[in-house]
Amino acid sequence: MNDTPLVLVNASRREFLQGVGALGGLVLAAGFPAAARAADPPKYGADGMPHGWVDNPLVFVAIGENGIVSIVCHRAEMGQGVRTGMPMIVADELEADWKRVRVVQAPGDEERFGNQDTDGSRSTRHFFEPMRRCGAAARQMLEAAAAARWKLPIGEVEAKNHEVVHRPTGRRLGYGSLAKAAAGMPVPARDAIRLKDPAQFRYIGKGELKLVDGQDIATGKAQYAIDTRLPGMLYAVVARPPVYGGKVKSFDAAEARKVPGVMRVVQIEASPPPPQFNPLGGVAVVAQNTWAAMQGRKALKIVWDDGPNADYDSAAYKATLEESAHKAGKVVRNDGDFSAAVARAASRIEAEYYIPHLAHATMEPPAATARITKDKCEVWGCFQSPQAARDLVAKRLGMPAKNVTVHVTLLGGGFGRKSKPDYGIEAAVLSKAMGGKPVKVTWTREDDLHHDYFHTVSVEHLEAGLDAQGRPVAWLHRTVAPTIISTFDANAKQEAPFELGMGVINVPFAIPNIRIENPDAVAHTRIGWFRSVSNIPHAFAVQSFVAELAAAAGRDQKDFLLEVIGPARVVNPTTLGDSWNHGESPERYPVDTSRLRRVVETAAREAGWGRTLPKGRGLGIAAHYSFVSYIAAVVEVAVDDKGAVTIPRVDIAVDCGASINPDRVRAQMEGACVMGVGIARESEISFKDGRAQQDNFHAYEVTRMPGAPREIRVHIVPGDFSKPLGGVGEPGVPPIPPALCNAIFAATGKRIRRLPIRDQLKA
Amino acid sequence: MAMLHVNGKAQQLDVTPDTPLLWVLRDALGMTGTKFGCGMALCGACTVHIDGQPTRSCVTPISALANKKVVTIEAIGTDKVGKAVQAAWVELGVPQCGYCQGGQIMTATALLKQKPRPTDADIDEAMAGNICRCGTYTRIRAAIKQAAGQQGAKS
Repeated sequence: MNDTPLVLVNASRREFLQGVGALGGLVLAAGFPAAARAADPPKYGADGMPHGWVDNPLVFVAIGENGIVSIVCHRAEMGQGVRTGMPMIVADELEADWKRVRVVQAPGDEERFGNQDTDGSRSTRHFFEPMRRCGAAARQMLEAAAAARWKLPIGEVEAKNHEVVHRPTGRRLGYGSLAKAAAGMPVPARDAIRLKDPAQFRYIGKGELKLVDGQDIATGKAQYAIDTRLPGMLYAVVARPPVYGGKVKSFDAAEARKVPGVMRVVQIEASPPPPQFNPLGGVAVVAQNTWAAMQGRKALKIVWDDGPNADYDSAAYKATLEESAHKAGKVVRNDGDFSAAVARAASRIEAEYYIPHLAHATMEPPAATARITKDKCEVWGCFQSPQAARDLVAKRLGMPAKNVTVHVTLLGGGFGRKSKPDYGIEAAVLSKAMGGKPVKVTWTREDDLHHDYFHTVSVEHLEAGLDAQGRPVAWLHRTVAPTIISTFDANAKQEAPFELGMGVINVPFAIPNIRIENPDAVAHTRIGWFRSVSNIPHAFAVQSFVAELAAAAGRDQKDFLLEVIGPARVVNPTTLGDSWNHGESPERYPVDTSRLRRVVETAAREAGWGRTLPKGRGLGIAAHYSFVSYIAAVVEVAVDDKGAVTIPRVDIAVDCGASINPDRVRAQMEGACVMGVGIARESEISFKDGRAQQDNFHAYEVTRMPGAPREIRVHIVPGDFSKPLGGVGEPGVPPIPPALCNAIFAATGKRIRRLPIRDQLKA
Repeated sequence: MAMLHVNGKAQQLDVTPDTPLLWVLRDALGMTGTKFGCGMALCGACTVHIDGQPTRSCVTPISALANKKVVTIEAIGTDKVGKAVQAAWVELGVPQCGYCQGGQIMTATALLKQKPRPTDADIDEAMAGNICRCGTYTRIRAAIKQAAGQQGAKS
């Protein structure tokens, strides 16, 4: 029993000093001036997020007298590499030697660390600049301490690789020997911070550092939420209502209690709608080990009241969505006059696309441990939003949030599932029921697939008119899908601005008549963010349809796509009806069609677009702008005579602005590509009688090694460190399904409009 | 009482005989490097070696292991091949979230011990049972080739 690795950094100053004491004594953490807090408006970017940003070195950096530099990572690590990338930014500006840097994970405490919602592909894009300032300020404090000790003008000293050097004489002082004095120096005012010239970066933009957790992962030492162990800990699994909105009618736990190791059976009350991040309720079995809890759950006899969603049926619901898509809906963008233009067009083309619900299926299923001591609660969990976990646990237990500490473990995958900390609240409720003893809740794979906050289900209906030269003159897109807002407002039936702004209204196409409509759709299950969110159905529809138009016009798909994007221009997203713009300023982050064109051209060139391929092979292209990054992909597909799809190669061009850690940008594109392939080819959650039908990985299929692209080549468009950054974690997903289906069309002449592909190509 | 020989050490355990090895390792012995992913031998996250064979510990009852030798991710680095595989994983930056990678490394190590120079088809066949939801497959393939000392390994 050893929970030390989980107690990383604590919120209060006293504990922080103790924590750092274990590293050899510090101590740049001498006080916490309230100065370095984000101001109020304008509310874009990190400023627009709850609790904004913090760039105070006294919050993020601690230096021991042994010279060990501890840097706090306040964002959750779920595979995107943030525990390497974020501290690396600080270390670079600090002139710290990476070999002497330790990374400590922040608990959920946004007042102290700034926003911690690790989602929306925002970590690096929002915190690159604050973390640079943080490191630079710490460097200047060390320089000031050295100058004071030497009684020399500060202009004669310079921090270099973990030492401060007196330039004229070559005298040096190590960071460890300066730490205590540096802690007493004033934090430089923001306008006095001297950032490095990017030409002097040691780590940023190089991609040469190994992952901070790589060795621990490879040797089995890395700690995820499911690995939490505390003295006297109990283990729980929960039988939840199989239908969303259902509840326990009655249950008999007699047999469950007979299972060796089972200690208690506890009912958890269902939460009233909307779902929010609340536990679903049900019956928990608490035991001496996980296996006993699982066996106990099997022995429960529960009668469920299935509630209002008992009839939810995916086949019937698809028909409902299609019916809505065939009628006019709320107009959310209207340029020119679609109806008049399409009536005049030389030809008219129509298509409809379907994407089912998807489950995140993180390899680590949701898990959390809670322990209550008197009036305080500690939670260990795999949380993308630890502050939400803290607030909601506090609310459920009736405690002030300051009495709840949320320790963020490594996340065994996130993809948006772990933004919703319902499992953390379950752990807290069960710890309370067990007199405060530590209780770990483990979700099984079946729990995870049945009770996810699912990716929405959607029908996208498109119509276009081409003129006599085959140029598109009219474009109608009706998007119909239950909104994520339904998770917070049971009456919500229309896509929110943030969903419409994911590649449906903000298409920067050079088409004079564009109409976008959004008919209503009612949610019957919990809908949530899934990596790249509404961009998945929108990009699939838009980029498939552009290829369909190209085919109808008898044009090359890539040339036609470039023509639809039109000439290089900078478009204010508000002129496209997009009031959201991924939360970024429309002036700072306009839609730049030259960048979209460039990734199309780059991917096409690198893939050898136009090359001759053997029978059964084809190339397809798709481009999509999301999370303020520009991505294009060319997929090479091979379809055999049985209709099986394999992917020899994918070329991805990415323009995310400057790349802070290029190796992780590549890794994210590779992973997004594999996830996109799975969405296109095999993954589907379907409902019948209100219940998700897929129990485990035999039924909910995801991409495996033999089906993954054999080669994924990532081409990073060089960026400028002085320009705003784009997102990386999500935008690689949306172009993949349409590029793959466009390639299948090139290879076989068959057009896929319903995902997943599965056996649709079977002869 | 059940007997278990794991990572060179004999253990006496007070668990029910049907308990899967996975939960004995994780809950009774505190060896959490072996991961739970599906409980049905579908994802490979729980892979260990039993007498050298890659085996899904989530469906292997402890009662079946009386005279067997179990090796887990915590000890595979004491094996020359296992160590080379781990080094290749770190060198090529294979892991993203890392959760499945212990199982991937155990399966890859078993493959290389049986076939020191695996073909792509060998790799596909051996690794097909190990899911990586982050999608690190191209790097896993490259790392297996690098550990095998093959040329041309790149991500």
